[in-house]
Order: sequence, then C-alpha cells, then structure tokens
Amino acid sequence: MATGEISSSMWNGGGSPYAIPSKKLGMWLFIISDALTFSALLIAYSYVRVASDSWPSPFHFWPSIVVSTVMTFCLLTSSITMVMAVAAAKQGRIGATMGWLAGTMAGGVAFLVLHANEWRTLIGEGLRPFENPWGSPLFGATFFTCTGLHMLHVTIGVGVLAVVAAGFKKGRYPADYVEIAGLYWHFVDLVWMFLFPLIYLLSIAPNVAH
Amino acid sequence: MSAHTEHGHAEGTTKLYLSVWVILLLLSAVEVYLGYLHLPLHLMLSLLMGLSLVKAGMIIAYFMHLRFEKVGLVWTLLPMWMIVTCLLFVFFPDSFRALEFRFPK
Repeated sequence: MATGEISSSMWNGGGSPYAIPSKKLGMWLFIISDALTFSALLIAYSYVRVASDSWPSPFHFWPSIVVSTVMTFCLLTSSITMVMAVAAAKQGRIGATMGWLAGTMAGGVAFLVLHANEWRTLIGEGLRPFENPWGSPLFGATFFTCTGLHMLHVTIGVGVLAVVAAGFKKGRYPADYVEIAGLYWHFVDLVWMFLFPLIYLLSIAPNVAH
Repeated sequence: MSAHTEHGHAEGTTKLYLSVWVILLLLSAVEVYLGYLHLPLHLMLSLLMGLSLVKAGMIIAYFMHLRFEKVGLVWTLLPMWMIVTCLLFVFFPDSFRALEFRFPK
C-alpha cells in the first residue's frame, strides 16, 4: 500500500518537515532556550529596577554612551561580515571565508576589549555587585549579571568561530557548520540589541552637556 | 549567483543584507538619540523596546535567514519563546507595589 510505505518511511525519519539539517534545528532550539534565559534575566532586571527607589543612572555621554554605541557598531558589523562568510563558504571559496570569519572575530574581540574597559572604568568609580556610590545597591548585581553573561556568550562565540574556521579550512567541516556557527553569532548580536537600550540608554546620567 | 539557488529556495542578495545592516545601524543611532530626549519613562521604554523588537525581527528574518526557511519552522520556534516570555510577565505587576511594602526608614 502506497500510503503505508510513505507513513512507515516518515516514522523512520524519511520526512524532513523543516527541510534543514538536524544540527541546524538543534542550534535553533538552543537559541530559543538561550533567548528565554536572557528574557528571564532582563525581566528580572526590570522588576528589580521598578521595585527599587533611586536606581542609579551613571552612564555619561563620554565614555560610556559613546563606547557602548561603538560596541553596538562592532557587533552589527561583525554580523554582516558573518553573513558574507556564510555566503563565501556556500560557494566553496575558502580564502574569502577565512577573511570574513577573521573580520567577524575581530569585531567580537573589539567588543570584548571595549566592554572589559567599560567594566574597569565603572569598577574604578566604585561599582561593586552589592554596593555602589550612586543609589540602589542592586544595580551592580543586575549590571554585572546581564552584561557578564552576554560577554561570556561573545567569548564563546569567538572560540566557536575559530574552531569552525580551522575545521572548514582543513575540509573537515562542511559549509553548513559555518552557517550554524553564524546563527549563534547573530543571536549574540540580537541579545545586545536589547541589553544596550535597557541597561545603557535608560540609565544615561542627567544634566550632561554634550 | 547560481550557488545561491542550489538548495532550491530563495535567498537574499548581498545588496539586501547590506541594506539591512545600514537600517540596523540607523535604528541604533535613533535609539541613542532618543536616550537624550528626556521623554516620559513609559514612552521612552515603549519606543526603545519597539525599535529593538524591529531590529531583532530584521536580524532573525534576514541575517539568521528565517524568512527563507519553511514557514513551519517559524511556527515551531517563535511561539515557544513568546508563550514562556508572557508567562514570565505574569508576576511582573508585583514590582509596582513592592516599594509600598517596605518598612519606613
């Protein structure tokens, strides 16, 4: 019976309802669960902020807002180079793929260096996880947790890209792996699009002449 | 390029991706500008989150390629995130009265 053959092959994995490789679906499922982690963190941050009085707004135009805007530029630009890397990998152009991936990693490293310097400045001004000179002590805890987890993601992303680039160059990894690593990288970029306005732009220091 | 269509579904062109990138940069600049406008907090929060959602949508649709995948994948992935995020907001209104429950200093 024709229908029986079709359904038994479906049950044996013959069907491909999403028409994507299983590793790509796995990455998508991971991204959804990771997005929920960041959603929970940002909602917790908003909750704590609404429930506290004298929430600090310590971010001056220079250096914090300028630097965090440059960091946004770095991440968005590393996303477009990642798109180029995936396109080059699918066409089998290994040299071009390496170049675009190197550009993407450079964007990630620039982000990390600028962000680490930002942390250093704030810590120098007296910011600690459970105390700060400006207002509600919870500010430090939420700031370090949200941006720290995001920095960890960027760090892991740079590592993943390095491994995938090396494997793709040797021919051990197919172009799909570059695309799947790219999905993760774009997600890290996406998370910053929420961290940047919620944490930085809503806490701009008042009465600043710029 | 012929390599773009070998998987049998439509994909974006370099020009499309570059214009998405430029729009994302412009929206980020608008957000920074909004930060200095001294708007009421609720309006500012709505505008910033609205713009961020637009940016996230563009990143997901074009950079993460979801627009060019089967629509079934979208219907599998996004509702998971939306439902759980809505559930997280269930107890958010408590934050508005948490201040009233504090002991006076």
